[in-house]
Amino acid sequence: MSLFGEVPQATPVAVFKLSNDFKEDPNPMKVNLGVGAYRTDEGQPWVLPVVKKVEKIIVADNSLNHEYLPILGLPEFRSSASKIALGEDSPAIQENRVGVGAVQCLGGTGALKMGAEFLRRWYNGNDNMKTPVYVSAPTWENHNSVFANAGFEDIRPYKYWDAEKRGLDLAGFLGDLETAPKHSIFVLHACAHNPTGTDPTHVEWMQVAEVMKRRKLFVFFDSAYQGFASGCLDKDAWAVRYFVTQGFEMFCAQSFSKNFGLYNERVGNLTIVACDADNVKRVLSQMEKIVRVTWSNPPSQGARLVAITLNTPELFAEWKDNVKTMADRVLLMRASLQAKLQALGTPGTWDHITQQIGMFSFTGLNPKQVEYMIKERSIYLMASGRINMCGLTTKNIDYVAESIHETVVNVQ
Amino acid sequence: MALLKSSKIISTVGVHPPLGVLSIRASSWWSEVQMGPPDPILGVSEAYKRDTNPKKMNLGVGAYRDDQGKPYVLSCVRKAEAQIAAKKLDKEYLAIGGLGDFTKACAKLALGDDNEVIKSGRNITVQTISGTGSLRIGANFLSRFHTEARDVYLPKPSWGNHTPIFRDAGMQLKAYTYYDPKTCGFDFQGALNDISKIPEKSVIMLHACAHNPTGVDPRPEQWKEIANLVKKRNLLVFFDMAYQGFASGDIDRDAWAVRYFIEQGHNIVLSQSFAKNMGLYGERVGGFTVVCKDAEEAKRVESQLKILIRPIYSNPPMNGARIAATILNTPDLYKEWLGEVHGMANRIITMRELLVANLKKEGSTQNWQHVIDQIGMFCFTGLKPEQVARLTKEFSVYMTKDGRISMAGVTSGNVGYLAQGIHAVTK
Repeated sequence: MSLFGEVPQATPVAVFKLSNDFKEDPNPMKVNLGVGAYRTDEGQPWVLPVVKKVEKIIVADNSLNHEYLPILGLPEFRSSASKIALGEDSPAIQENRVGVGAVQCLGGTGALKMGAEFLRRWYNGNDNMKTPVYVSAPTWENHNSVFANAGFEDIRPYKYWDAEKRGLDLAGFLGDLETAPKHSIFVLHACAHNPTGTDPTHVEWMQVAEVMKRRKLFVFFDSAYQGFASGCLDKDAWAVRYFVTQGFEMFCAQSFSKNFGLYNERVGNLTIVACDADNVKRVLSQMEKIVRVTWSNPPSQGARLVAITLNTPELFAEWKDNVKTMADRVLLMRASLQAKLQALGTPGTWDHITQQIGMFSFTGLNPKQVEYMIKERSIYLMASGRINMCGLTTKNIDYVAESIHETVVNVQ
Repeated sequence: MALLKSSKIISTVGVHPPLGVLSIRASSWWSEVQMGPPDPILGVSEAYKRDTNPKKMNLGVGAYRDDQGKPYVLSCVRKAEAQIAAKKLDKEYLAIGGLGDFTKACAKLALGDDNEVIKSGRNITVQTISGTGSLRIGANFLSRFHTEARDVYLPKPSWGNHTPIFRDAGMQLKAYTYYDPKTCGFDFQGALNDISKIPEKSVIMLHACAHNPTGVDPRPEQWKEIANLVKKRNLLVFFDMAYQGFASGDIDRDAWAVRYFIEQGHNIVLSQSFAKNMGLYGERVGGFTVVCKDAEEAKRVESQLKILIRPIYSNPPMNGARIAATILNTPDLYKEWLGEVHGMANRIITMRELLVANLKKEGSTQNWQHVIDQIGMFCFTGLKPEQVARLTKEFSVYMTKDGRISMAGVTSGNVGYLAQGIHAVTK
């Protein structure tokens, strides 16, 4: 009798299963519009030129070793990463109106995890599992798991995507903010909303902030695409920085997976903004305890790479350029796809393709249509209709456009 | 590199906003957050850093140092890194369970190339965030699926972080007798007595080799009896192997207990770390293995481990695993690694012998045999807290209050001084 005789087979994580199925598909025309990683116009992964450069610097530096990082991570990574999110010249920081701290984490997931674990232990009472956590409808599916695994029992959707108009349901969003119990936690996408690619405008963010401040809701930003959305770091950080100017104490989970192309090195940062340094100090001391029982201290390679890049002016400039290259290619594919669908006369409106921003587009295709795309056309996308624009290339975009057209026409 | 030596942390002092600026400063969300207690081991390193005595010694550090007291990057690691750099690999996400080349080699290293478990595919091995990450995944897995018993029995004493890890995962902690302070050795009878009373199906934690913090390991005959008793009691065995190769200098010897238990039919769970034996501390390289009934069960268990991993960090870091896999899978690098591990273990053993020899030379009449009998990085000296305090205050020798010293911090250059200090506080 095995101790594990009763362990059930778990369903696989959808996005990875999709990639697997794509790999096994023999169709030479196949296109992978699933997992969220950047691809070049040749459909290849892209190691940023600046990353290659810095890797050489690291390899050549014999003074570097593989010793443990401090529990909270590499100090020069933490501070430079936070500066990227909050801005070098943030008035709130310059004028000492806030305290800022950071925890180096394993990717954006790790940063969300640390933030969630801390909030469950220390926010709105002690070990309060009942504080509602709101995630957008829809959202990155792992948001639910991260907060649930941290112990939160009440995870709810807030209205976000309006399927009919294919845009932001602002009234619904604001309505949910108004009716959420006080102190509820809201997970906000800083830019390039995953999976819809639909972001609030500045004015809309200001309205969101006003309600959140009035109703004392907790701001937890997920920033996985800074720089990748518009091509400009500052533009993509507008919402985060605006909330800081409004005096919020907040968390911001940052990922450097996409904007540095460092997916497998797990480079993330949890930026903490509190009203003063003393609060930051105590928060960080408790974060250390959570880190200790989870991974002890974070991996050094990726953090070193990012720190060297951000702290060296010429490398920093080169990085910004590399980021713009990626963002520009995505914008080009968006424009291209939209133009082709329009030219084909595909039923429906397709402006949302160019209005949406970042890596993903919520096409509006329904599950049946998605199934058709996969089975009949070997074009792999998420059941939600989400496509990764990076999967499009000048070579496959015609096939994809024609496939969408055929699908929409033949499948309802 | 100047860049990496600067460490600026943003932390500004909050001052009242200037008069005339309308700013409603609410009280902080975090006013009730207490200051966490300082880490006992880090506190040692902090104090050491502040000390200006040129003869100071840091014996708290749990990382290997060479005979100059410097961190040691293994030559096989540098070679592996150069090989990897030349391959120009991409940085795409690893699978949730990690790098296949690494996990396969990791399992083989622990269980032996020809192990029946691996051949039949009835183990699942996932890449983890070094030893801590492995223990945490294991604890989470047991907490969720091993519902017949909530108790984890640790040896007394055990690594300080074991308790908070299992507790945070929702398990209850108990202990079994292990260390005998009278002999500074293994309390074999005491252990057997306690283990014989452990309720069935409880989890028992065993340190595979180089027990941390005592350095006291059971002898093979003693392991055999323990294995037998544990089987009688129907306990779930959780092996923590953080020092394979590092203890005796021999990979297979250090894995003997793990392999014996499996041979005897225990379906164990196992945590492995490559922090010490490959010097990959900061790269966070580890593995977690569940030995299952058969391959079908291993698939089910694997699927659940992935569900546990995804909401923590999605998938593990590549760099260290790639280095470890390269070493383990490239014959001449593997050979070189075995030599370097042997070298590190030997230096530790030599320091043990030198320390005892120097204590005798100082005129100490105490019995220091345990310093030589104990194995691995750590030595439980038997010093009492007051003696430790004096050693720190008068000689600037930094160690933890329990009398544990890291032999890795001892060099041929400072072993004489250490002997002087220990003799002074114990005569």
